[in-house]
Amino acid sequence: MEKEILTLVTFFPLVGVVLLTILPRDRHDSIKGFALIISFVTFLFSTWLYYMFDPLGNGMQMEVNIPWITSLGISYHMGVDGISLLLIMLTTILTFLSILASWNSIKTGVKGYYISMLLLETGMIGVFCALDLFMFYVFWEVMLVPMYFIIGLWGGPRKIYAAIKFVLFTMFGSLLMLVGIIYILFEYQKYSGVFSFDMLKIIGELPLSYQAQLWLFGAFALAFAIKVPLFPFHTWLPDAHVQAPTAGSVILAGVLLKMGTYGFIRICLPLFPDATITYLPYICILSLIAIIYGALVAMVQRDVKSLVAFSSVSHMGFVMLGMFALNTQGIQGSIIQMINHGISTGGLFLLVGMLYERRHTRLIEDFGGIARVMPAYAAFFMIITLSSIGLPFTNGFVGEFLILLGAFHKNNVYGIIGATGVVFAACYMLWMYQRVFFGKVTNDENKKLLDLSWREKVILVPLVLLVFWIGVYPKPLFEILKPSVNLVVEQMERAEAVRLDDDYRVEEKLTTVEVGNNELSFDTEEQSDE
Amino acid sequence: MDFTLPQYDPFRMLPEIFMLLWALWVFTYDLITKRQKEAAVGYMALIGPAVPLLFIVFYLTGLLPESWRYGGSGFGAMFFNDTTAMFFKIVFLGAAIMAIGSSFGITKQKIVNHRGEFYGLLLFSTLGMMFLASSNELLTLYIGLELTTIPLFVLAAFFKDDKLSVEAGVKYFVIGAFSSALLLYGMSFLYGLSGTTGLVQMKMNMAVVFLSYRDIGVILLGGIVLLVAGVGFKLALPPFHQWAPDVYEGSPTPIAAFLSVGSKAAGLVAFGKIFVNGLMAFFGPEQAPNDWGMLVGLLAILAMVIGNVVAIRQTNIKRMLAYSSIAQAGYIMIGMVVLNEHGMASVAYYIFAYMFANMGAFAAVAIFEDQTGSCQIEDYKGLAKTSPVFAVSLSLFLLSLVGIPPLAGFLAKYKVFAAAISMATVDPSASWLYWLVGVGVLTAVFSLFYYANVMRLMFFSNEEPRHKITYSVPALCVLLLGLAGIVVFGIYAEPILKLVRTIPADFGLYIP
Repeated sequence: MEKEILTLVTFFPLVGVVLLTILPRDRHDSIKGFALIISFVTFLFSTWLYYMFDPLGNGMQMEVNIPWITSLGISYHMGVDGISLLLIMLTTILTFLSILASWNSIKTGVKGYYISMLLLETGMIGVFCALDLFMFYVFWEVMLVPMYFIIGLWGGPRKIYAAIKFVLFTMFGSLLMLVGIIYILFEYQKYSGVFSFDMLKIIGELPLSYQAQLWLFGAFALAFAIKVPLFPFHTWLPDAHVQAPTAGSVILAGVLLKMGTYGFIRICLPLFPDATITYLPYICILSLIAIIYGALVAMVQRDVKSLVAFSSVSHMGFVMLGMFALNTQGIQGSIIQMINHGISTGGLFLLVGMLYERRHTRLIEDFGGIARVMPAYAAFFMIITLSSIGLPFTNGFVGEFLILLGAFHKNNVYGIIGATGVVFAACYMLWMYQRVFFGKVTNDENKKLLDLSWREKVILVPLVLLVFWIGVYPKPLFEILKPSVNLVVEQMERAEAVRLDDDYRVEEKLTTVEVGNNELSFDTEEQSDE
Repeated sequence: MDFTLPQYDPFRMLPEIFMLLWALWVFTYDLITKRQKEAAVGYMALIGPAVPLLFIVFYLTGLLPESWRYGGSGFGAMFFNDTTAMFFKIVFLGAAIMAIGSSFGITKQKIVNHRGEFYGLLLFSTLGMMFLASSNELLTLYIGLELTTIPLFVLAAFFKDDKLSVEAGVKYFVIGAFSSALLLYGMSFLYGLSGTTGLVQMKMNMAVVFLSYRDIGVILLGGIVLLVAGVGFKLALPPFHQWAPDVYEGSPTPIAAFLSVGSKAAGLVAFGKIFVNGLMAFFGPEQAPNDWGMLVGLLAILAMVIGNVVAIRQTNIKRMLAYSSIAQAGYIMIGMVVLNEHGMASVAYYIFAYMFANMGAFAAVAIFEDQTGSCQIEDYKGLAKTSPVFAVSLSLFLLSLVGIPPLAGFLAKYKVFAAAISMATVDPSASWLYWLVGVGVLTAVFSLFYYANVMRLMFFSNEEPRHKITYSVPALCVLLLGLAGIVVFGIYAEPILKLVRTIPADFGLYIP
């Protein structure tokens, strides 16, 4: 069973897709029911995966490696380590919750919607499991299509613009990544004589020249940075988030953005360590800009949903900052923060969606005093808001604290600027909370609002539990993450050490000088020895 | 004088002989039934390509007994059945089957009196392609190309009362005749330089001439330019592409489909045989100005840019698909200029995947046109509500043309890019291939825009659709065949990849 569990988790939603295609279009209840059951069973499979996972084990677990297209060296190679395990768990939970959340809000094209959701789930889990670059790319692209339809069919007023923008941005990045993958394939073939897309083999064996690393890092990093989204590439995100239906936003913020950061940590860092160190300051600066810029723009939003969307830019900036601190605390924090962001931002989108279903507006100025009308709603909103800000004892604190710790280790300036982001986060979130929930009920329409139904509470309770669990007792997560994070950190430290020992530029200088003047080269050699 | 007759071996030509007889039989059958049979002629015509297709597939899978000596050369090495020939014959026959399958609508409504001629000419054109694929020297190649295009002139103008169709026919005729003349002129240059029409002998003679004089100069350059122009017209490569949108728009939709796949594949074979095989010595920058590689690379870039950019502005879906097929030809040419063990293999796989996707897309357009009489993209609005199967299958065909995994079109694009990168990583003088890949990637994003536009209208439009699609059995079969092709060969591509791997060897690109 250990061999098949990953295949089962990844492709079980496809069983649901087949099942739903057979069902007649007008039987909405059974379609919803089946989709819910399928996503719940997938979630159960993923918890089973969690229990079978050995936190002490090094490297990949539950590996499956079956040749797929042998003449191109493509194999069906799947496996999980701590990082991907947590992200898979996040995916299955959020998919289940967002299917539950779309129960009443999706009224047209029900069948297509749930088929898209399940298809999307397969694509997302596949990305996190794939250990073959080709498979990784296939899953990466596969989830574009259902997301295009989810935004474009069930989204808001400017949904088509948003959907096309989303797809064009992602496609552009991912095609560059494809070119990079092909290049790596041939480099590996030159090196070892066989065609193989095997990520582990390539990372372990392939020596890439510094120049090649710079280009390849660029190609991959662009694809991932668009997905994250890092500062100048973020413009698709507010459109897509605001226009997407609630569940679409939850999946988008909760999981799709993580695919970008996951790509960085799975491919960019270990495969191009030297280039990573060269690019590091630029990426750190871009993530700092993202943190501050996202927060400032979020502050002036009038629409709650776009406020949450811009807060995503800011939070993902934190994740990137932590990752590129390249030390244990930073990377651990950044992975924890990926999960946290999925929970808290996912939760915020769900909550905003619930309010939108009742009032059909999301503008902050239309609300006020909601806490009096919907006390339970206000309480849940408060908890998730605080987790998003990063209050101690909530999950956000653990992640942000570690990230800032890592950043300070790397460079004090990064840490200081990053820390201001937390303050800004408190500003825009609490200010929004105050305007929406406190004060008098100014708008008559708000007086008749119903509080949360039991279905909505069922959606929110698991998230709140996770908020406190990770906030109070994050040890299991750290244990799961430890081996994989250590591996990455070791690799990076080695690269950094090599870099310091014989800097490429010194080497270059030596050779050029040697050609020109023998005496001089002798001098420099002596100096470098000292 | 010692003269022996070349060895005739009719077994080599068995599928072609069958096609010829069957095409004549289809003519006759329509006449002896007094042109009264509606669908029977069509089903009769389907047998024409189906039997040779099965024959070739059986041969390749080893189901035919050894004594049926199908592979190898016959007729004094004028006719040659290597993997390339057989593989491209499969593509031609598949395209013919799908074109005939989607013609049932128009032969029921519009072409009432000339069904036999319609199908018969289609079979003749396919026959020409099959000869072309088996040709091993310039004259057979030219004759095959002529037999391919002359029936298509007639077919393009088959709606006699329709201005656009007649315009398409005349335009295609003039351009076709002109480009054939250019091609023939270019071939005469090659003959003058090498003293032979046999491709392999020509390659050797040219290499000797090249080694002794280094620079053959303006004669070869003139020959290359004429040949590129001649084949470029057939392939609709910019700047020789202007005829394609008009002809596609005017001619009957299944014929447009056949033009865009069958005729294009035939042009590719001709191009491969003349340039990749015959003029291999004149590839690479050090041979400038006799080099054809960069010239064709430039045309490929033009094709990808012009095709994909202009397609965005089209309102007629047939014109849009015409520009898309121009762009696709550009992608294929990337594989063509890669002279190593990956190049021609990627071309072959690309055209195979492209056949299913493009024939499928045109089949869907034909179904829609038969029922509504319209080819405007606007009219596809909201179609997903009334005809979800139609909308989903057309979307899948378009997605395969974009190259979204796991559909076959993705693997095709992947193989073409991979071929280019494989050469560029090994040979520093071929680093210009990176530019081709870069442009290919960039324009693929553009292409997504107009393909997605059709999907957007079908799925995202709030307007009530005016049409509901019903299917005839053959048309539905063509759709399903196309879908099966893009899905199955996207996920389980191993057998085809194994087959195409030996194709570059047929062009002398490497020794297996």
